[in-house]
Amino acid sequence: MFVRTGSGSVCPQRGYGAEMAYLDVATAAPLHPVARQALLAALDDGWADPGKLYTQARRARQLLDAARATLAELVGVRAEHLILTPSGTTAATLAVHGGLIGRRRYGTTVVHSAIEHSAVLHAIGEHGVAVPVDRTGRLDLDAWRDAFAAPGVALAALISASHEVGTVQPVEAAVEAASVAGVPLYVDAAQSVGWAPVPGEWSLLSASARKWGGPAGVGILAVRPGTRWTTPYPDNQREYGSLDLPSVVAAAASLRAVRAAAGRDAARLRTVVDLIRDRVSATVPDVEVVGDPVDRLPHLMTFSCLYVDGEALLHALDRRGFAVSSGSSCTSATLRPSHVLEAMGVLSHGNVRVSLPRDIADEEVHRFLAELPGVVAGLRAEAGVTGL
Amino acid sequence: VTPEVLDCRGQRCPLPVIALAKRLPDLPVGALLRVLADDPAAAVDIPAWCRMRSQEYAGSPAESAYDVVRLR
Repeated sequence: MFVRTGSGSVCPQRGYGAEMAYLDVATAAPLHPVARQALLAALDDGWADPGKLYTQARRARQLLDAARATLAELVGVRAEHLILTPSGTTAATLAVHGGLIGRRRYGTTVVHSAIEHSAVLHAIGEHGVAVPVDRTGRLDLDAWRDAFAAPGVALAALISASHEVGTVQPVEAAVEAASVAGVPLYVDAAQSVGWAPVPGEWSLLSASARKWGGPAGVGILAVRPGTRWTTPYPDNQREYGSLDLPSVVAAAASLRAVRAAAGRDAARLRTVVDLIRDRVSATVPDVEVVGDPVDRLPHLMTFSCLYVDGEALLHALDRRGFAVSSGSSCTSATLRPSHVLEAMGVLSHGNVRVSLPRDIADEEVHRFLAELPGVVAGLRAEAGVTGL
Repeated sequence: VTPEVLDCRGQRCPLPVIALAKRLPDLPVGALLRVLADDPAAAVDIPAWCRMRSQEYAGSPAESAYDVVRLR
C-alpha cells in the first residue's frame, strides 16, 4: 500500500530504542541527519563571533549569511527580512509584540483564530478577539471578515495549519480580508514550513527549526517589507544577544533537505495517515477521528476515544512503545481540555495526536494499528465502561 | 417540571460522561437529565457525547450544569 523509504525509527542510533515508535514530530522532530552533519561541521568552523573582524569571525559571518539566505529563500523573503531567534516561541512573541508596537497608532486588538498555538495566545494576552472554527477545525471566514469591522484592530494572527488536528487554514483568503481592512497578518507556520512555503501576501511569519528536524533553540521570524513592525528590543535591535550559529547552520541545512524531499515524503505520509484514519475508525469502537480528512497536513492525525482517560491512554501506549501526544485535559498542566478541540466542539477526553516522522517504517504503523484496539478495549474494561 | 439531577461535581473527565451514559437509559424517552459537573472538559464532552450518541444536548442552564434530553 505504501513503501518504506527510510531506515525507520526501529533504528537504535536514533536514540529511542529498538521497540519505540516515535509518533510526536509535531512537538519535536528527531534531528535530521543533514542537521547533525551541518551542526558538527559548524561546531568546529562557526564558533567565533560573526561581528568581529578577524579571520575566524569572517568565517562565522559567511556561515551565518549563507544560513540566513537559505532560510529566507525557503520561506519566501529576502535575507535582510529574516530575523533569527532563540526559539519558535520567541519568534511568535516577537511577531505579535512587534506588530502591536508598530501599529499602536491604529489600536491594540489582535484578531486571531480560536485554534492558535498557546505560544501565540500567550503573546496576544488580553488583546485578542478569537474567531471561531467549524467542526473540522477550519477558520470561519465570514466571522473573520466581520471581526475587522470593529475599530482598533492592530494585527491579525492565523496558524497555517492546526498543530493539533492538521486542518489547513485558508491563509490567502484570510490575508485578503485583513488587507482590505489595512491590517497586517501574522502567520504561525511552525507545522507547515517544512512542507511548503505559505502562500499569500502575509506580513509576518514565524517557525521553529525543531519541528522540521533542525535543532531546538532556533526560531525564525520573517517580516515582509512595508510591514508596520517595530522591534521591542533595546536600541532598535532586531536580533538580541548571541545566536547559536552552529544550530542556525544546521536549521538551514535541514530545512533545505526536508523541502527537497517534501513532495515524495508528503505523498507517502498522506497514504499512511489515510490508512490510520480508516483503520482507527473501523477497528476502535466509539472513536471520533477529527480534523479535515483531505485538506490537512500530510503527517498528522487526531482521534478521541469515548470513555477513555487520555493520560491512561498515553501511558498504556508508551508501555507498548508508542510515543504520542494528547489534547485531553488530564494530560495538560492546567487540567483544561485543549482549546483547539474545545473550539471545534469535538470530544476532548481520550484524545491522541499521532504525528509521523518522515521515515516512519510501515512495520511501525502496522504495529500501532494492530495494538491500538486492544489498548483501548483494555482501558475500557478496566474502567467498567464496556458496552455503554 | 423538576429534572432528574446527576451530580458529578468533583469528578474528572471522562467520569461525568460515563455517569451520563449509564444514567440516561434508565429514564424514559423525552426525559430531561441535568448533569452537574465542574470539570472544565464537561462543557466540551457532554455536547460531543450527545452528538455521537444522537441524544439532545439542551444547553447549560447555569455554570457547571448541562441538560440532556433522551431522544432514543
